[in-house]
Amino acid sequence: MPLYHNDDQAMLKDSIAPFVAEKAPVSHLRQLRDSADATGFSRDLWAQFLEMGLPGMLVPEEHGGLGMGHLEAGIVLEEIGRNLTPSPFLSTSVGAVAALAKAGGTQAARWLPAIAAGEAIVALAIDEGAKHRPDRIQATATRSGNGFRLDGKKSFVLHGHVADMNIVAAKADGGITLFAVPKDAKGLTADPRRLVDSSLASHVTLDGVEVDADAVIGEVGAGDAILEALLAATRTGAAAEMVGVGQGAMDMTITYLKERKQFGRLIGEFQALQHRAAHLYGEMEVARASVMKAQQLLDEGSAGAKLMVSVAKAKAGRAAGLAVREGVQMHGGIGMTDEYDIGLYMKRDRTLAEYMGDVHYHIDQVARMNGY
Amino acid sequence: MSDLDAFRADVRAWLEANCPPEMREPVRDEDDICWGGRKFKFKNEAQKLWLDRCVAKGYTVPDWPKAYGGAGLSPEETKILKQEMARINARPPLQSFGIWMLGPALLKFGTEEQKVHYLNQIARGEIRWCQGYSEPGSGSDLVSLQTFGEDKGDHWVVNGSKIWTSYADKADWIFCLVRTDKTNKYQGITFMLFDMESPGVTTKPILLISGNSPFCETFFDDVKVPKTQFVGEINRGWDVAKYLLGHEREMISGGGAGGDMVSIGALFAQSLGKNDHGELDDPILRAEMAAFDVDVFAYRAMGERFMDMWKTGRAHPASSNMMKYVGTELNKRRHELVMSGGGSDALEWDSEESKGGARARTWLRTKANSIEGGTSEVMLNVIAKRILDLPGA
Repeated sequence: MPLYHNDDQAMLKDSIAPFVAEKAPVSHLRQLRDSADATGFSRDLWAQFLEMGLPGMLVPEEHGGLGMGHLEAGIVLEEIGRNLTPSPFLSTSVGAVAALAKAGGTQAARWLPAIAAGEAIVALAIDEGAKHRPDRIQATATRSGNGFRLDGKKSFVLHGHVADMNIVAAKADGGITLFAVPKDAKGLTADPRRLVDSSLASHVTLDGVEVDADAVIGEVGAGDAILEALLAATRTGAAAEMVGVGQGAMDMTITYLKERKQFGRLIGEFQALQHRAAHLYGEMEVARASVMKAQQLLDEGSAGAKLMVSVAKAKAGRAAGLAVREGVQMHGGIGMTDEYDIGLYMKRDRTLAEYMGDVHYHIDQVARMNGY
Repeated sequence: MSDLDAFRADVRAWLEANCPPEMREPVRDEDDICWGGRKFKFKNEAQKLWLDRCVAKGYTVPDWPKAYGGAGLSPEETKILKQEMARINARPPLQSFGIWMLGPALLKFGTEEQKVHYLNQIARGEIRWCQGYSEPGSGSDLVSLQTFGEDKGDHWVVNGSKIWTSYADKADWIFCLVRTDKTNKYQGITFMLFDMESPGVTTKPILLISGNSPFCETFFDDVKVPKTQFVGEINRGWDVAKYLLGHEREMISGGGAGGDMVSIGALFAQSLGKNDHGELDDPILRAEMAAFDVDVFAYRAMGERFMDMWKTGRAHPASSNMMKYVGTELNKRRHELVMSGGGSDALEWDSEESKGGARARTWLRTKANSIEGGTSEVMLNVIAKRILDLPGA
C-alpha cells in the first residue's frame, strides 16, 4: 500500500477537517476552560461526532461500527489536534475499542455497540505513577466469590471521572488482566485534576472493588496481548493528534512570520528564522510519515507495528515539541500571552507527549526492540 | 496470479539462472563496482558476465524504454526487480552518472537522435560520464559560473575550469554547464556534452580530508565543442541543470541518504558489551544511538512516502530538497556515532584490521553529504521560499 491517503481517506479528511474546524475550533476549548467545565468535553459536540459516525469508526461492523482502521482514526485525531478539541475520542473510540475488539467475548458485546451508539465513554486506567510504566503494574485482582476484588491506584486517567466504564489493568493469577469496571462499581473513586492543557485526568482508586468473573476483558492472566493492542492504538492515536497539534502550531507560526514586521521588514525575511522554520517543516513531515507507517502496519496486523508505534510516538513527540517551542519563541512577547492561541498548543502538546509513554520511554523501547 | 505476481516469478527465475554467485557478495572495495566506460577493467569474469546479461535484458536501466537500452518496465515492475535483486543481494550490474544524471536529462530534454545514441551507450556501459557543474568561484551560487564557450559558427571554443568533478580522471565524456551569453545570468548557460579526450581537457585529482581523491579539478583550454553537442536549447541549460539537481536530490534521498537504515545500536551491542539488563553498556551512547534509530526509522517511512508520492505526482516539487537535507544530516550523524561506537579502533588510518581506515575515511567523506548537490543551507533556503512561501530577502 502506498504511504499516502487513498481516495476514500482523502474524502474523509475533506469532510472531517471543516467539520472539526467549524464545530470545535480553539475558541471551543477556551469556552470550556473559561466556564470551568467539569466534564472535560462537550456532550453536544460528542453528539455531533455521533452524527458523523465517529465514535464507532473503529468498531467492527458486527458490533454496529464502521469497521475502519487506524489510518482513518488518525485523520480524525489530526484534526482534533489541530483544533485542540477536548474529546474522549482517543481513549474511548481508539484505545478502548482496540482492546475490546482484540479480546472479543462478553465485554466486547456489551461495550462496543454502546461506544458506536455514542452512549458510552470509556477511560483507560493503566498508569500508576507519574510516569508510564506498564511493565510495573501493581494493582491487583484477587479471586473473590464468583469474580474478583480489585485494589490499587491509577493515575493520568483521562475522562476517568465521567467514564461509563474504566478499563483497569491489574495483576491476576500472576499475569496482567484487563477488567471492565463500570462507573457505579462500589469502591471505585475518581479524583479529577485539571491539567496544564485544561483537560481533566483522574487519580482513580480501586478499594476492594468487586467485579463479576465476566468483567474480564479476554482471559484471566493473559491480558498482555490485549494491553499491547490498547497501548499500540492509543500511542499511535496520540502521535497522530500530536502531528495535528504540531502542524497547527507550525501553520500559525508561518502565517505570523509573513505578517509581523520589525526593523522595517517582515520577520519571515530573516534567514535565521527561515532556516528554523524550514528545519521544523522537515521534522514535521518525517513525523507524519512515521505516524502513517505505524497506522498502516497496525491496520495490516504486521509484526513490525510495535517498533514503528514507538518510533512514531517518539518522533511525533520530538517534532511537535519543536513546533510548539519554536511557535512560542517566534511569536515573541505575544506568544507568552494567554490571549494568543500558540501557548495553548504548547500545553496540549505537553500532555499528549506524556500520555502513554513520553519520548524517552519510546526511545528506550526502540533500543530494547533492537536488542540493546 | 496477478500480472505482477507472474512478473515477480519470472524475474526471480531469471535472476536465479543469470546472476553469478560472485555478484551476490557484498561490495567490499571500490573495484567491486562496475562503472563501465572505455577505460574500465573488469575485476573478474563474473562482473563482465553479469553486465552483459543485464544489458541484453535491459536491466541496467530497467525503467528506460527498450529503444534506448532499457527494459521498458513500469514503476511497479521496477520496484519488484529491485526487491528481487535485494532479496538475493545481487549487486547493481552497472553504476554511472550516465544512468543517474545524464539519462534522466536526455529523457526529458534530448532529441530522439540523442536519446537513441547516448542512452544506448549508457545502458550498455560503453561510455562513462562525469558532471561539470561547480567552479572554484561558483559553489552554492552555481549560476554565477564563468567557464565560457565562444561561438565560432559551427562550434564553441570552451575555456575555464570545473571543480568537484567526480571521477573526471576516469570518465570518457562530460556533461558540462558552459556560459554562452555573458549578458544573461540565468538564460546564458548551455548544457554541453563533449569527449574528455578532446584536445585541451586536463584533469587533476583533489586529495580530500579522507585521504582519497574521488573528485578532480578539470581544466578546459581552447576545447572545441561541435554545436550539435548540447541538451535542450542553447542558453537554456540552466533549466536542464535545475531539473537534474532536483533529480539528484531525489536520488540521494531515495537511495537511503540516512545510511543503510539498520539499527545503529544493534550494530554495536556486541562490541560495546551489555549489562545485566541486556542494555548496551554505555548508557549515554546507548541513548544517543536509540534516539538516532528513531530518527532513521522515521526517515525510512518518510523515504517510502516520498517515493510513493513523487512517482504519482503528489509530492511538492521542492520536497526532494527536504529529503536531501534531512537524509544527509542523518547520515553525518550516523557516522559520528559509528566513530564513537568504534572508539580508538575507528581512528586507525591504514591498518589491515581497520580495512585501510574505512570507518575514519567514511566518516570524513560523509561531511560532504550536506555540501555536494546543494548545501543544507541552500536546501533550507529552498524549503523556506518554495514550500513555506516565506518572503524573499
